[in-house]
Amino acid sequence: MTTSPLVKSAADSVRHSARTLILEDRPVNLDGFVEEWPEVGMVAMDSDFDPQPSVRTENGRIVEMDGVARADFDFIDQFIADKAINVEATEHAMALPAEDIARMLVDPNVSRQEMLAVTCGLTPAKLLAVAKTMNIVEIMMGMQKMRARRTIANQGHCTSARDNPLQVVCDAAEASIRGFSEMETTLGVVRYAPLVAMAQQIGSQVGTGGPLTQCALEEATELDLGMRGITGYAETISVYGTEPVFVDGDDTPWSKAFLAAAYASRGIKMRFTSGTGSEVQMGNAQGKSMLYLEIRCILIAKGAGVQGLQNGSISCIGVPGAVPAGIRAVAAENLIAAAVDLECASGNDQSFSHSPMRRTARLMPQMMPGTDFVCSGFSSMPNYDNMFAGSNLDSEDYDDFNTIQRDLQIDGGLRHVKEEDILAVRSRAAKALQAVFAHLELPRITDAEIDAAVYANGSKEFLPRDVLEDLKGAQQVIDRNIAGIDLVKALEATGFGDVAANLLAVLRQRISGDLLQTSAIMGRDLLPLSAINDSNDYQGPGTGYRPSGARWEEMKRLRHVTSASNPEKEVQ
Amino acid sequence: MSATILAAKEDRCLSFKEGAIAERGKRSDEVVVAISPAFADYFTKTIVNLPHAEVIRQILAGIEEQEVHARCIRVRHSSDLAVLAHTAAKLSGSGIGIGILSRGTTMIHQRDLPRLSSLELFPQSPLLTLETFRNIGSNAARYAKGESPEPVPTLNDQMARPRWQAKAALLHLKETEQVRRQLKPVVVTPEFTQADMD
Repeated sequence: MTTSPLVKSAADSVRHSARTLILEDRPVNLDGFVEEWPEVGMVAMDSDFDPQPSVRTENGRIVEMDGVARADFDFIDQFIADKAINVEATEHAMALPAEDIARMLVDPNVSRQEMLAVTCGLTPAKLLAVAKTMNIVEIMMGMQKMRARRTIANQGHCTSARDNPLQVVCDAAEASIRGFSEMETTLGVVRYAPLVAMAQQIGSQVGTGGPLTQCALEEATELDLGMRGITGYAETISVYGTEPVFVDGDDTPWSKAFLAAAYASRGIKMRFTSGTGSEVQMGNAQGKSMLYLEIRCILIAKGAGVQGLQNGSISCIGVPGAVPAGIRAVAAENLIAAAVDLECASGNDQSFSHSPMRRTARLMPQMMPGTDFVCSGFSSMPNYDNMFAGSNLDSEDYDDFNTIQRDLQIDGGLRHVKEEDILAVRSRAAKALQAVFAHLELPRITDAEIDAAVYANGSKEFLPRDVLEDLKGAQQVIDRNIAGIDLVKALEATGFGDVAANLLAVLRQRISGDLLQTSAIMGRDLLPLSAINDSNDYQGPGTGYRPSGARWEEMKRLRHVTSASNPEKEVQ
Repeated sequence: MSATILAAKEDRCLSFKEGAIAERGKRSDEVVVAISPAFADYFTKTIVNLPHAEVIRQILAGIEEQEVHARCIRVRHSSDLAVLAHTAAKLSGSGIGIGILSRGTTMIHQRDLPRLSSLELFPQSPLLTLETFRNIGSNAARYAKGESPEPVPTLNDQMARPRWQAKAALLHLKETEQVRRQLKPVVVTPEFTQADMD
């Protein structure tokens, strides 16, 4: 075949323009895109097969919802009708046209509280109808007002491809000083969980302390670690929008509510998880759009009485990401969670696109208005170490993220930190874990390992651990009933009293129950900050949360900023 | 991937001749391979265009190189991988079965394990190579012989999701359309219609 060297002999043997070949090679073309197929639910939010809104009540009970009579309810309909929707408010709220409700969401003159009186009476189909009238900017306007907590926060992932606890303790300490309010881990080898969760709990409390931690595991183990105080919250409690998908997981809305109650009984913060695309991914969308089914999930969370929800498609992001208006639907699902008074940990937590431009565009609808947790979470280590299968943002994106915060004066919860400060907390965290392991007679951590750990980027630069010994140690943690309070004692006994005090301050909250309030985090002063004592008071220009004062000064700092007083120097 | 294989994918070079309703095997040195409703039927290749003919050839070769007998069945009543693999295991004289979906997702199962558990699961269909399929066959045969092989190493790619997740969903939906709930698993015999598939 004779072709110009510029024209690749592509599989189709057709002569292409040089520009086509350049575009063909752009990262965005590695992403998958598919046509809509509404009949099976492969559609974001605009489907003729979704139900029309309706509601009818009799004797204080919903007897018809979205065109289905009570006798024909599936268990999700029943749960939502009986537990999630405010029956007193529903007929009045449902009588308002969808466009009017959408306008109220956007209108700064309507307060969040006034809005909740309406949204908490709406059925799933009506919430969908409201979202369908809103474009992406209007959705962001709504989120700016409806977010429960005034102050914006972020969540990080802390995992290791080798499940190395030393890596997790260092990255958790760095994540803490960089500003994350929550961090979560998970495992490749599940048996490693007790050691890795302990490492994350200790690392998070080095320095200023305060972040809450969780370990994503099978539900019973996750609950056990929470009750021990080796973790501080839970979010991997998944709910689904169709009955067959729920049943496949041997669950019902009531069994999930029971699990939620178990956490609440110990004062442990928890949220549910759901997201667009999971039902169609599992082949059981019952011909409904992704957003309609997600709204059912949001109302299951509401009905179960949990304070919040992690949504924004989460692990199915490749599905809404592949169909038209999918990312608008993802932003809408975040808004609807906030609009029914749930904490929203808003996704941006799974590898989404090969294109840096598309990754950023997917982030903006959450980062610009601010959410309770902009990411849930941001990979605090390189994506190759991410055991949640990769995030939309990873540790290589820190400087870009901080720059976007500064450019747009929007708060994504993070800050630039000087390298010497980062090395100091990584070193102290590693030594704290070394001391705690020694104190509790768990496998040894050597000084050589610590030296590598402090300066490492990812697991490739860590010294290998004796995995079999570590797994025995992990089993010891379970067998000997080691709990969070034992970590406090060990830290105190080994010269890490400041870390012990921070950890104790976090653990004490489960007795007060303050972290059960909507959108609770621990502030830098180690006091709870939630929708109760820090409620979002946005009411238009000049109101609500805006980066200012010390926080804005902190956000101005980047790795390289030329000094105004001496342009030959950079400010630190 | 060799040019021959690329060419082969365009042709229907594997078909399965359907036989009697599958029964529990009597020989303890067998592995049962359960193919999904649309495998080498409605579909002819995996999500990354590996021809089903080559996939089956490699799995069977992996089993046979361990001197274990292979028997294929087609499951029509479900497109759920755990159901496929567990059905295969329960019909297998050794108690070891393999389930494979049209898009390539594969599982090695054992009769006595709970359905939602497995011996080895290969969830990332785009990352499975022909070599992986051969190793899956080989490992299943070694379990059947009572050995404890190292799990088959698999690739991991966090960018598989943005590239393949939605296509995988479409393939699953199409496969599910081919499900016939009332039909029982039947014994099938692979018939390769092209000789030169090296």
